[in-house]
Amino acid sequence: MELIVATSVGAMTAAGVYLILRLRAFPVILGLALLSYAVNVFIFASGRLSVNLPPILKYGDASYTDPLPQALVLTAIVISFGMTAVLVMIAIGAFLETGTDKVDIERGDEDEEEPVK
Amino acid sequence: MGDGSNLLVIIALLPFIGALVPGWMIRAGRNACATFTAVPTVLALVMLGILAPDVMRGEVIQARFEWLPQLGLSASFFLDGLGLLFAGMILGVGLLIILYARFYLSGDDPMGQFYTYLLLFQGAMLGIVLSDNILLLLVFWELTSLSSFLLIGYWKHLPEGRQGARMALAVTGSGGLAMIGGMLILGNIVGSYDLTDILASGDLIKSSEWYLPALILILLGAFTKSAQFPFHFWLPHAMAAPTPVSAYLHSATMVKAGVFLMARMWPALAGTEAWFYIVATVGLITMVLGAVIALFKDDLKALLAFSTVSHLGLLTMLLGFGTTAAAVAAVFHIINHLTFKAALFMTAGIVDHEAHTRDIKRLGGLAKLMPITATIGTIAALSMAGIPLFNGFLSKEMMLEEASHTYWFENPWIVPALATLGALFSVAYSLRFIFHTFGGPVRDDYPHKPHDPPFGMYAAPALLVVLVVAIGVMPFLADNLVAVAASAVAGEALHPHLKIWHGVTPALFMSFAAIGGGIVLLLIHRPLDRVWIAAPRPEAKAIFDKLLALLVGATRWITEVTHNRSITRYLAIFTVASVALGYAAWTGGGMSAPSREMLPVPPLVGLGFVLLIVGAASVVLFHRNRFRALVVLSIIGLMVSAGFVYLSAPDLALTQISVETVTIMLLLLALHFIPKETPRETRVGKKIADGVVALVAGTGVGALAYAFMRRDVDTISGFHLDNSYAGGGGNNVVNVILVDFRGYDTYGEIIVLGIAGLIIYALMQALLGGPAGRKLRNTDFTRDLSRDRHPLMMVVATRVMMPIAVMVGIYIFLRGHNYPGGGFVAGLVIAIALLMQYMASGFAWTQSRQRIQYHAMIGFGVVIAGLTGAGSWLAGKPFLTSAFGYFEFPPIEEFELATAALFDLGVFLTVLGAVMLMLFSLSRIARYAGQSVNLEPMDYDPADRVKPLEGGKE
Repeated sequence: MELIVATSVGAMTAAGVYLILRLRAFPVILGLALLSYAVNVFIFASGRLSVNLPPILKYGDASYTDPLPQALVLTAIVISFGMTAVLVMIAIGAFLETGTDKVDIERGDEDEEEPVK
Repeated sequence: MGDGSNLLVIIALLPFIGALVPGWMIRAGRNACATFTAVPTVLALVMLGILAPDVMRGEVIQARFEWLPQLGLSASFFLDGLGLLFAGMILGVGLLIILYARFYLSGDDPMGQFYTYLLLFQGAMLGIVLSDNILLLLVFWELTSLSSFLLIGYWKHLPEGRQGARMALAVTGSGGLAMIGGMLILGNIVGSYDLTDILASGDLIKSSEWYLPALILILLGAFTKSAQFPFHFWLPHAMAAPTPVSAYLHSATMVKAGVFLMARMWPALAGTEAWFYIVATVGLITMVLGAVIALFKDDLKALLAFSTVSHLGLLTMLLGFGTTAAAVAAVFHIINHLTFKAALFMTAGIVDHEAHTRDIKRLGGLAKLMPITATIGTIAALSMAGIPLFNGFLSKEMMLEEASHTYWFENPWIVPALATLGALFSVAYSLRFIFHTFGGPVRDDYPHKPHDPPFGMYAAPALLVVLVVAIGVMPFLADNLVAVAASAVAGEALHPHLKIWHGVTPALFMSFAAIGGGIVLLLIHRPLDRVWIAAPRPEAKAIFDKLLALLVGATRWITEVTHNRSITRYLAIFTVASVALGYAAWTGGGMSAPSREMLPVPPLVGLGFVLLIVGAASVVLFHRNRFRALVVLSIIGLMVSAGFVYLSAPDLALTQISVETVTIMLLLLALHFIPKETPRETRVGKKIADGVVALVAGTGVGALAYAFMRRDVDTISGFHLDNSYAGGGGNNVVNVILVDFRGYDTYGEIIVLGIAGLIIYALMQALLGGPAGRKLRNTDFTRDLSRDRHPLMMVVATRVMMPIAVMVGIYIFLRGHNYPGGGFVAGLVIAIALLMQYMASGFAWTQSRQRIQYHAMIGFGVVIAGLTGAGSWLAGKPFLTSAFGYFEFPPIEEFELATAALFDLGVFLTVLGAVMLMLFSLSRIARYAGQSVNLEPMDYDPADRVKPLEGGKE
C-alpha cells in the first residue's frame, strides 16, 4: 500500500511539474492543481497509513490514525481551491486584456519605464 | 522609578507629541504656529532644567520600560553629563531655530510641514542622546536620517534640494546599516544591549577578537553621520536645505551625532591603537582637507559647510587621541563650535535673505548697510578663527596643546604640523568670511538692497554671540558643564579648569603661526583662488553619481539576468534547486532501517491506483485538448478522494470531493473565455529537459514519501486524541483540532479564503470596467452555446434537489463535531447546491432570488468566528478557548451545545460566501459577454403559459 501511495504522489508531482513548465496559463493551472493533490497526499501520508481507524472516538480501547495531518490537509484543500480560483481569474483577465494566454512576458510586450536619471 | 525618570521619559516623548501640533496650528496663522511649536521644546527644556542640578552633582537619571525583552530591546533612557550637554544643545538651539525660521520662511513655504519635520528631527536626536539601549539608539539614529532627508529636501521644487537630500540619506543611511552590524556585535560580546552595561565592560570588548570588526562598523556609522573623510562630501550638498535646517542639523545637532556616538562609546572602545590610528588620522585629514576647501568656496553656506567638516574632523581627532585631556578639549569645543557656527549659519541666512545672494564674490561692504548683522557675524567668525577673548580660541588652544605632544607612528612632528596647518586655513577662511562679506566698499550691484532684518530674525544669533564672548572672557562659566560631560565621556571624574592664559606653551606659538599665516593667505587669496580653480581636483558629487550609476547598472544587470520575466524559467530554477537541496539533505544524513510493515493492497484499490497513474500520464500527454485534460483531472481528484476514504480519512474525502466539484466547475467556466486548445510551440529538446526535471522531482518526492511511510514516528497527535473529548467536547478529532486546538490557524485560513474571494471579485470589477470589458461585449460566443441553455429536465431536477441538498449541508454541519463533516464541508456542499441553480436556471434568475450579498456572508463568517474566539476573554480564558455543555430541551433528547459549533458556523459562512463570490464573479463575466438564446429559464414556463414572454430583463 505504501508503495502505491508513494508512486501516486511521485506520478502526480512529476505530471504537475511538467505541466507548470508549459508556456500557457491553462496547463500551468492544471499543473498546480495536480501538484496540490500531490502535496496534500504527501502531508496526509506523513501521519502514516492505516485502514479502518478513522480518528472518530469510540468507547473502549481503540487505536486511531494520526488526526493532525488530516486537519492540516483539510484546510489546505480549501485554501488551494481559493488560490486556484484567483489564478484562473488572473489568467482570464490577462487573456482578455492582452489577447494571449502565455505566462511569460516577452521583451517589448510591456511598456517599460525609463530609469529616472 | 522616581519623579526624575518620569520627567526623562516625558522629555524624550515631547517632541514627537509636539510634531502633531504644527499641522493643526498652521490654520491659526504663522505666529500661532511658531508659538505652539515652541511650547513642547520649552517644556522639555524646563524639565531638563529641573533635572540638571541632580545631573551636575554627578547623578545618572534612568528610566526603563521593557519593550521586546526577547530581543534585548528595552525603551530605556538615561541622562548623564554628556546626555545633558547634548540634550540642552538640541533643545536650546531648537528653540532659537524655531524663532529664526518663523522670520526666515517666506509666505509660500508650507510652514506647518517644516515645523513638523523639525520636531520629528528634534525627537529623534533627543532619542539618540538619551537612549540607554543601543538597539533603541539605532532606531533613533535611523529616524534622524529620515527626518533630515525630509528637511534637506524641504524645498521640493529645487533639484539640488532633492539630490542633496537623497545623497545625505544614501550616505548616512548606509553608514547606519554598518552601525547596526557593529552594535549587534557589541551587544553579542557583552551579552546585553544596555548602554550602561556596555560602557562598564570596556576591557571585555577590547580584548574580544570581534573588537576590530565592531569598531570599524560603528565608526563607519559615526563617520558618515559626522561627514568625516572620505564621506564628507554629502554635507555641502545638504546645504541646499533652508538655512534654519543647515544651522540646526548641519552645525549643531545631526552632524554631531557621530561625534556624540564616539564620545558615548569612548569608555568601551577608545584607548587602543586601532582606535587611535583610525579615528585620529581620519579626524586629522578631515580637519585639514575641510579647512583648505572652505577657503576656496564662494558660497557662504558652502564655506561654512566645509568649515563644519573641518571642525568635526577636529573633534574626531581629539576623541581619537584617547586621553582624558583631549576628551575635555573635545567636549569644550563641542559647546564652542555650537555657539559660533549656529550664529554664523544664521548670519549667512540673513545675508542671503536680505541681499538675495550668498555668493561672496557678489558681496562686500555689508558692514555699513547692515551693521548689526555684521557685528554678530564678525564676532562669531573671529571665534571660529580662534582669536583670543572669544571661546573658539580656548578650545583651539587646548586642541593644539594636545596635538603638540602626540606621536604618529613615532613621528613627533606630523600631527602638530598638520593641526597648525588646519588652524591656519581656518583663520584664513574665517577672515575671508568677515572681510569679503562685510568689509570693503559698498557696492551698487547687489541683487537686492540689503538692510538689517527685524529683531526676531537676529535675536537668535545675537544671543549665541553673547555666549561666545561670555565664555571667551570668563571660561570658568563653562567649568561645571564641561566637567560633568567630560567625566561622562571618560567614565571617570574629571575636574578641568578652563582658563584664558596657559603660559608660554608650544600651543601658543602654534596659534600665533596659524593667525599670522592665515592673514598672509587671505592677502594672497586672489592669485591662490585662480590656481585653485585651474587645478584639477576630484569632484565628489560626480564620483558619487558615477558610483551610484554603477550600482544601479549592476543591480539592473542582476535583475535582468535573474528576473527575465519568464515564469517558466523561475519555476524550473525553483524545482531544480528544491530537488538539489533535497538530494543534499538526503546524502547528508543516515537513514534507519524500515520499521513498519507494508499494508496489503486489495484489488479495488489497485484498480484505483492504475486509474490515477493512467490519468496523470494522460493529462500530460493530452493536455493540449484542454477540455479533455480537465475531465481526466477530475478522475484523478476522485481517485484521491477514494484513497482518503480507504485510508481512514473520511473528513478529507468529503472535503476533497466537494472541492473537486467546485474546482472543475470553475475551470469549465474559465474555459469559456480562454482558448480551448494549447498550441504546439515548445521545442522537443526543451520538452525532454522539462520531462527529465519533472521525473527527477517526482521520483524524489515519491521516494521521500515512501521512506517516511515505512518508518515510525513520535507525534503530538496522542495529546489531541486524549483531549479531544475531555477538552473540546467532540468525538471527531479532526474537527476538534480545526475548531479548537488549532482554532487560531483555522481563523487565519478562513480569512485568507475570504480575501481570495474578494480579490477575485475586485479583479472582475476592474476587468469589466477596462478594455477587456469592451472586448468581451464584442466577442461572439454564440457558436459555443447549445441551442437550449436551460434544459427543462435540469431546471426541474435542480429545483427539486435544492431543499434536499441544503438539508444535507445542514446535517453535515451539525454532525461535524462528532462525526465526519463540519463547517468546511457543509459550506462547500451548500455552495454546490446553489451553483446548480446558477447552472440550470441561469445567472439572472438565481441572482434575482438571492437575498444576501456574498461579501456580507464572508464578513459575517469572519466576525462570528472572531467574536466566538473573543468571547472566551469574557470568561477570562485565552482567545478561542471553547466551552461546551449538555442540555435537554424536551421533546428532544439530551443535546450538546458547544461554542466550537458557533466558530464552525463562522467557518461555514466564510467558506460558502467565498466560494459563491468566486464563481459568481466568473459567471458575471459570462453574463456581461452578452447572450442571445433564451434569456430566462423556462421561457415557456409550464405554470404560466398564458403570459406573454418577457425578454432581456435581469
